[in-house]
Parts: sequence; structure tokens; C-alpha cells
Amino acid sequence: MSAVELSDLTIRLGGREILTRVSLRINEGEFIGVLGPNGSGKTTLMRAILGLVPASGGLLNVLGKSAGRGNAAIGYMPQVRSTGQHLRLTGWEFVAGVVNGHRLGLPFLGKAARAEVERALDLVGASGLARYPLSEISGGERQRLLLAQALIGRPKLLMLDEPLANLDPHYQGEVVALAKALQRELGVTILFSAHELNPLLGAIDRVLYLGRGQAALGTVDEVITAPVLSRLYGAAIDVVHVKGRIFVMAGGHDVERDAHRHELDGSHAPPLIGAPHHHA
Amino acid sequence: MLEYDFMRNAFAAAAIVSVVSGLVGYFLVLRGQTFAGHALAHVGFTGATGAVLVGIAPLWGLVALTMAAGVGMGAMAERLAQRDVAIGIVLALSLGLGLLFLHFFTAYATQATALLFGNVLAVDAGTVWTLLWIGIATMIVLATISRPLLFASLQPELAEAKGVQLRRYAMVFLGIVALAVAECAQIVGVLLVFALMVGPAAAAQQLTSKIASGLLLSAGLALAEAWGGIALAFYTDWPSSFWITALSAAVYFLAAVGRIRRA
Repeated sequence: MSAVELSDLTIRLGGREILTRVSLRINEGEFIGVLGPNGSGKTTLMRAILGLVPASGGLLNVLGKSAGRGNAAIGYMPQVRSTGQHLRLTGWEFVAGVVNGHRLGLPFLGKAARAEVERALDLVGASGLARYPLSEISGGERQRLLLAQALIGRPKLLMLDEPLANLDPHYQGEVVALAKALQRELGVTILFSAHELNPLLGAIDRVLYLGRGQAALGTVDEVITAPVLSRLYGAAIDVVHVKGRIFVMAGGHDVERDAHRHELDGSHAPPLIGAPHHHA
Repeated sequence: MLEYDFMRNAFAAAAIVSVVSGLVGYFLVLRGQTFAGHALAHVGFTGATGAVLVGIAPLWGLVALTMAAGVGMGAMAERLAQRDVAIGIVLALSLGLGLLFLHFFTAYATQATALLFGNVLAVDAGTVWTLLWIGIATMIVLATISRPLLFASLQPELAEAKGVQLRRYAMVFLGIVALAVAECAQIVGVLLVFALMVGPAAAAQQLTSKIASGLLLSAGLALAEAWGGIALAFYTDWPSSFWITALSAAVYFLAAVGRIRRA
């Protein structure tokens, strides 16, 4: 059984076609890096898998079933994560609020549910953090709690939408390593979207690159090539390998970086920040 | 002071209303929707004065109009965001309409003051029973939806992904808030609903970072402030609503200062 299967899937959102007749198969237990320029449909694809965005054509199967709302087998870490920043609640309460959260009743947990919260916190190494109010911990620490929330309910498919955004390189490395450990220990399938490939090198099994309604799924060597990316960007793309890292360039610009970090505009030299990830 | 009927009624009404508004207020503050509570109270003024004009109890006018407005606001939540000016104008219109209705009614000044600023000492036994039934209904619905409501408040995107219908809970919750506002207005009036519904809940969230203790503390503070206000009003002959707002403000600011000094 595949974790996610698209056949001839078309998704339209607000009159715009986000995916056009895309077919691909993600196997169970794979760690997939989801990349592509802004607006290429990374979040939309995840929301479609969750059943929150309908398919306009074709089929979308998730863990052997047609995609539908409220699939308990999916864990999700949304991209909009402003929630929690000002809350005076402890991390424990923040994670505990997710347990059986879709069921009616009082929000007080029994023994089994409390054990489930402890397990999720342990898995992300946040047991110590959980007693502090959310407003008093750092963004990277909050990220761990959000990941713990996604693990509640023991999902088989874990979708993390831009978990590296707004994190400094040190925390980025930690989050990727954490996701990799979860894949190994729990055997979950992971879809991990990011706007830069380099932090994910060495962790992901395959990469899913989206652009202009199209998608390419394969190993890094198969997908991150000038012809494939030129098709997805609709422009001439060069792929430059520097010391085990990969830069996707259009006319001298690093497009992955430029698309998301306008403050670095004009920096043509390979960026110096970022822990080196050696590409095997 | 408990030898007087009107004092016993006042304490009973305040007990019911403060527990309801303390618990509902906790979720209101958690969701960052305190302004919605304020807005519903303004709309309630039109309902209450309209009811007086057609000859029914102001409480029912309050309930009807705040409920309609609350459910409507919940349904339009996304479209209402960033519409401060439009909302503000509707609120002003609500008070203006209330004023017009009172203009057509003869017992103008007393009614207006009681509706705007509350008059808990004038609550009769029948009203206490009505408040109790509305309060029980409110609590039952809140208890039923509290878990998904909390989930939707803490992490709406994940809740939606897990199958929680965000809009449905927003509507039901603002319906509950509307009932709590209508109850609250009997004690402190439509203009001062914030004092009883938001003050204790916000103070509780400064004082504890656990949900169960926060809910208990919020209801407890609301009860203490309401009863304290009525007792102080009895001994000083100053208005009870003044005392309740003063206690609410004092508790909130002490809690906030205390937390900052601890941090």
C-alpha cells in the first residue's frame, strides 16, 4: 500500500490551477522533502491530502483510502504557527489539548491520554519544556511542542509544513534530525516541505519538487537537475554543486533563497550560513 | 445585610452570573475574542430597550438580539476580521437605536441607567430563577463543546485537519457568549460587561498556566468580585457596578504586576 497516491490529480484554488494532472506514488515509510517556489502548491497539496481542499479531477488516495476530512492517521504541523506565542498556558496543556480534540466533552484527560501526551513529548525531547508557559520559551522550543502535537494519535503519515521557516541554522539541523529519528523509530511516512533543499540533504529518501502545476518525484540526483527544474520553473535553471551542497540558480541568482529571503537580494555568492550537510 | 430580600436576590443573581461569565470569559480570553463580548453587549442594549418598548422584559430582548448577533458574528468570523470601522459603526448604531427606543418610552432615565450600568439590587426573585435556567443551559452547552473548542482555540489549523468544524464551534461559542453577556448585563449593565466577563478570566490567565485551575480561578475571582462589589455597595451606598469594576481592575492589575515581578 502506498502512503499517498495521486493519479491525474488536478487541484484548482480560487480560479488558479495549482496542480494539473499530476500522478505520483509515495511509499509507506519514506521521508519526502517537498520543495518548490512560493505558490507552487506545497501547502495546498498537504491540505488536499487532509481532505481540506477538494480535487477538481483525478484521484487522491491516502493510506489506501480516498482523501477525506478528519483522517486520524495523519499528523500535521501547519505553517501558520503564530498561535501559542502569547499564551500563558504550559506546553503540556498545549499538547494535551490535541488529544481526542475532535470529540465532544470536557477537556480533562484520563490516565491513558496523559500517557499519550508524555509519549509525544518524549519522542520530540520536550518533556522538560512542557512545564513552562508557551510565552516564555523560544521559537525552536515551541517548534518541538508543535511536532509533539502532530504526533498525538500515533499517525502513520506525518506532514510538516515548512518546519524550518524562521529558525536559525542550528535549530534547523535539530528539527531535520528529529524528523529523521521519528521516521526510523516509528516507521512513519514523512512529507517535509521546505524552501531550501540543503538542510534536508542526507535525511530525505526522495524529493518532490512542485512548480507551475507540475511535479517531479525522485531521488535528489534524479530531480535536482537543470532539465527537470527548468521545466518546473519555466525558466533556464542551473544546478550548482558546491562541497556537497546544491544550489538552484537562475541567471546567477539562487532561486530557492531569493524566493523566500528578499533581504538577501543581490547576494550572488553561495550563502555562508547553514550547517554543512554532505550529500551522500 | 442578608435580612433583606433584595440583598439575598442580588447575591444569588451575582453568584449565578459570575460563575457563568467567569467560565465563558476564560475561553473568550483564550481565543482572543474579548472584543466580541464587548460588541455583543452593545448590540444587547438595542434588544433590551426594544423589548421595553414593546412591553416585554428587557432580559429577553437582550437574549434574543445578542444570540442572533453572536451566531452571525461566528458565521462571518473570517469576513469580520480587519473590519474594525464597520463593526465600530454598527456598535454605535446599536447604542443609538437603544437611545431612540428609550425616547419613545416614558420611564427614560432609570431604565437607561439600569440597562447601561446595571442595577443588581433591583433584581427580583423571578429574574434570579430565569438567570439560573439560562446559566444552566449555557454551562451544559459549554461543557459539551469545551474539548473541541479548546482544540480549535489552541491550534485551529490542526483542529481543522483532524475534522473539527471551526465555523460551527465559532458560532456555538459566540451563542454561549451572547447568553453570558445577557446574564452579565443584569448585574453590571451592558457597558461594564468587560469587568465581570474579561477581567477575572484575564487575571486568572496571568496567575496560572493550567487550564483546569485557570477555569476554577476565573469563576472564583468573578464570584469574589461580584459579591465583594455588592457588599461594598451595601455599606457605602455607592453603586455596586462601580465597586465590581474597581475590584475587577484591581485584581487584574495586581495579577499582571505580580506575574511581571515573578518573571
